[in-house]
Amino acid sequence: MPAVSLTVNGNAVTADVDPRTLLVEFLREHLRLTGTHIGCDTSQCGACVVHVNGKALKSCTTLMLQIDGADVTTIEGLAAPDEPLHPMQEAFREHHGLQCGYCTPGMIMSAIDIVNRKGFDLEDRLIREELEGNICRCTGYHNIVKAIASGAAAMGGKKAAA
Amino acid sequence: MYAFKFHRPETVRQASNLLAKNEDAKILAGGHTLVPTMKLRLASPSDLIDLSQIEGLTGIELKGRSISIGAMTRHFEVANSPIVQENVPALAHLAGVIGDPAVRHRGTIGGSVANNDPTADYPAGCLGTGATIVTNKRKIKADDFFVGMFETALETDEIIVRVMFPLVNKAGYEKFRNQASRYALVGVFVSKRGSDIRVAVTGAGGSGVFRVTAFEEALKKRFSPKSLDGLTVSPDGLNGDIHGSAEYRAHLIGVMAKRAVARATA
Repeated sequence: MPAVSLTVNGNAVTADVDPRTLLVEFLREHLRLTGTHIGCDTSQCGACVVHVNGKALKSCTTLMLQIDGADVTTIEGLAAPDEPLHPMQEAFREHHGLQCGYCTPGMIMSAIDIVNRKGFDLEDRLIREELEGNICRCTGYHNIVKAIASGAAAMGGKKAAA
Repeated sequence: MYAFKFHRPETVRQASNLLAKNEDAKILAGGHTLVPTMKLRLASPSDLIDLSQIEGLTGIELKGRSISIGAMTRHFEVANSPIVQENVPALAHLAGVIGDPAVRHRGTIGGSVANNDPTADYPAGCLGTGATIVTNKRKIKADDFFVGMFETALETDEIIVRVMFPLVNKAGYEKFRNQASRYALVGVFVSKRGSDIRVAVTGAGGSGVFRVTAFEEALKKRFSPKSLDGLTVSPDGLNGDIHGSAEYRAHLIGVMAKRAVARATA
């Protein structure tokens, strides 16, 4: 089986994989990083979004062999267990931007990607447009949008202070 | 997904040789159509030939009176390219409404054009500007490239290396998207380059992207949305499905074409 090397949440990982292995499978079943979810499994819902080389990507639609050498960040990589939550995680908690929580890891990874591309001051309309690839099946998106606007501002504050 | 062999050639020539040698091989670009299709077992290639390690297949350049876009350039790069935004903003807009942000980070222009999905956006952009598809063997005009549904003029071992878009004077793209799949229910790309007027429609045609000559003739007289007043497209040969009948799509073509001209002349 072909070998693949990646960095996942700052740790070097090397493995021999079946060419069919999807990134999401590898994260969940080999690394036991089960925060990344499989929702629709057809690249529609965004529950599987992770960052690859700094960009949001649907890990259910990406073969491991396609991203050999890449730097991957999952929801587990945003804050260590003994550290405070990432500002975007904290904003989702604060604004209750979830109900069942299944879509939340993908929402948060997409939200941070929006901030990376669009800055810290995000209008509701833009957030809703940018979230077109993330589906929440519990409820409306009202609190998710509020959380992202607030989390984006918090990320800006943190950067400015650093 | 069925098992396959994975290849990572370093040159287009190696990739082309692999294609020629393996009858059921497929090129892998961004993989955002092919991988889902394989997961559904609708495609079962014996070999995947990944183009990501080949140098020189990405990037956007202004070359004379054209914009050259490398086949492996992602939709995200095209949508955000200052060269594209300044010279053919309609093309940047088109790339920016494909799929969703995560899909645009991976999907490529070459993959979209080679696949020629009848509801994809880029075929309309290529046909609607009169682009030229450059392969490892030759240059193919968009008018000759898109042959039918999922069918192109590409030969078995032929690989797209870049797409050349002429610098049109005015252009606009309007898409009425299927809310679930984000593909075009109907998308219309219009452009004007001197006296050359093009109106290309995706999403609606039973055999993929096509031009609407009646609209083009009307727009030659005056490039304005009003020129399309009263003109209609026949539903014969258009797609009809649970998302919209052929009649509905025919109606949408008129609406989207007017909006596209309005956008182009705004």
